[in-house]
Amino acid sequence: MNDNKNIIYLDNNATTMVDKKVVEAMIPYFTNEFGNPSSIYELAHEAHNALENSREVIKEFFGANDTREIIFTSCGTESANAAIRGVIEANPNKRHIITTKVEHPCVLNTFKDYEEKGYRVDYLNVDENGELLIDELKTLVDDDTALVAIMAANNETGAIYPYEEAAEIVKSINPNTKVFIDAVQAAGKIKLDVKNTKVDLMGISGHKFHAPKGVGAMYIKKGTIIKPYMTGGHQERALRGGTENVPYIVGMAKAAELAMNALEFENKTVKELRDRLEEGILENVKNAKLNSRTKMRVPNTTNIGFEYIEGELILLHLDKLGICASSGSACTSGSLEPSHVLRAMKTPFTSLHGSIRFSLSRYTTKEEIDFVVQNMPIVIKKLAKISPFQKELAGILGE
Amino acid sequence: MWDYSETVKEYYTNPKNVGSIEDADAIGEAGALACGDALKLYLKIKDGVITDAKFQTFGCGSAVASSSMLTEMIIGKPLKEVEKITNKDIIERLGGLPPEKIHCSVMGREALEDALNNYYGYKIGEKSTDKIICNCFSVTENVIKEAVEQGAKTVKEITDLTYAGGACGRCKENIQKIIDSILGPKKINKEELTPVQFALKVNSILEKEIAPQLALDNGGLELVDIEGKNIYIKLKGTCESCPNAKSTVKNFIEKKLKELIDDEINVIEG
Repeated sequence: MNDNKNIIYLDNNATTMVDKKVVEAMIPYFTNEFGNPSSIYELAHEAHNALENSREVIKEFFGANDTREIIFTSCGTESANAAIRGVIEANPNKRHIITTKVEHPCVLNTFKDYEEKGYRVDYLNVDENGELLIDELKTLVDDDTALVAIMAANNETGAIYPYEEAAEIVKSINPNTKVFIDAVQAAGKIKLDVKNTKVDLMGISGHKFHAPKGVGAMYIKKGTIIKPYMTGGHQERALRGGTENVPYIVGMAKAAELAMNALEFENKTVKELRDRLEEGILENVKNAKLNSRTKMRVPNTTNIGFEYIEGELILLHLDKLGICASSGSACTSGSLEPSHVLRAMKTPFTSLHGSIRFSLSRYTTKEEIDFVVQNMPIVIKKLAKISPFQKELAGILGE
Repeated sequence: MWDYSETVKEYYTNPKNVGSIEDADAIGEAGALACGDALKLYLKIKDGVITDAKFQTFGCGSAVASSSMLTEMIIGKPLKEVEKITNKDIIERLGGLPPEKIHCSVMGREALEDALNNYYGYKIGEKSTDKIICNCFSVTENVIKEAVEQGAKTVKEITDLTYAGGACGRCKENIQKIIDSILGPKKINKEELTPVQFALKVNSILEKEIAPQLALDNGGLELVDIEGKNIYIKLKGTCESCPNAKSTVKNFIEKKLKELIDDEINVIEG
């Protein structure tokens, strides 16, 4: 529960509240310990030590071997761009890249950019449960494949993709093809153990696990060559120039430490609350359909489609009750196109536009979940009366 | 988050005139489930005056607010006045709509027009010659033609300008036909290529379609350079000394590239 008592925040895949312990850890590095870690005098030492201690924690968070494999960035989008562009530009003779249809826009639009430049691009499909069809890699990877980018967990459905297995397939066909994993939605929810995989690069973002916005990190396996897409000073082994954002990096490391300690809690208590919410809604709201039924899901996410009712309208009415969630409907984003993830899953039009994502955190309480479960049928019943699909909705309106 | 006016918020929170009228004198519909927006409007009409109106909307907050406001605007009004209501009037009464949400008000206007057409049994006013092309956003043929006259050349540009084709996409083919009917089909059927894509495509056609033909006569060719639409090639093997070289270049190679890529292509040998 946060201090804002009127708010029930179930949109933690969008961003999270910064943990108070994280704020406390950051504060000294804005004022007393403001030095530039690259400077020579005593003042800078504390900043330098804080930076390197943070790198040690983030190394553990990724499950990496060596602190030299960790590069600090400004966000998940930067990590993805640095990895994808970095690999492609370092392998100018290779003209083929592979990703999935359900990536975050930071990966998808970077791939589109190369597609426009004439690269051959393949997109892996998902099935109706939202599971990634990684076997498609077997026929797609070839000698010309520079990079394969796959997310560890999907932001909209929470589905966990078998990226370790995907990396094995890729390397068994072409050991020189690099594998980038966008782990933004997995970090803090499932254990990362990158050293025991064939993954070459991985990206995370601080604000998805209770660190502030504006800080992220990238894992780059020892020996992997990338061309830095941002040129600058010698910082971050010259792979990412720019004076290190010490207070935010310290904050992210603190958040990572807390997240690692809370992993068990996430996968037991948060998961139980998520299941309580999911089962509560599916039981009490007759036009509710679970969009991703895969067992392999991060513990905090559920995506539920409400048939014949539009998503933005549901969100606006939930907001009146102080409940924050998000929707893959076209209207919410203003893009005119409904969620590319649900489209790729071939979610039927009847519930596609009325799909709502609830994403919990370790601060979510049972009382909050029960409040949502209690009110969801009331909201849906009210909105069902507005819908022109009365015949189809007769079942849930029946009183 | 959308910046909705207080009126819009009030109308999607507590919409007025929700429901259906069993013995309605006219029913109008707009949109479709697949597009994410659908509206049904019921009218009761007596002595040329709308005595009651109800609506049912599948759509976002502004779609519900637009529909509800429309019913408020027409109840008690004579048909002659109602016919003149535009989507801009609806927006004004709502205290404005975000630009991305304008189509919600268009849908209200469209359902009203549909209801009146059904009531009269014919199309009203000058719009009778106009035809809806994009049902999702109620964009008519005339609006698309206007956009083409203003310089839109591709379906995507039409979507950017008018929203037509932006939702379910089923009308894209018809939009293309309208563009073709004005600009002629040749230019737009070809995709727009970046210089790199253009070069790759030229090379691929030379290698896959043209070289094998020349090879039948023990000839060949080499791509020397590409400068805009000018393609410089060098003939090899028997082609080099062939008296028909010029004709081969223009009538075979250039013709093929024009046909497959762009008819402004100019092939130069040497």
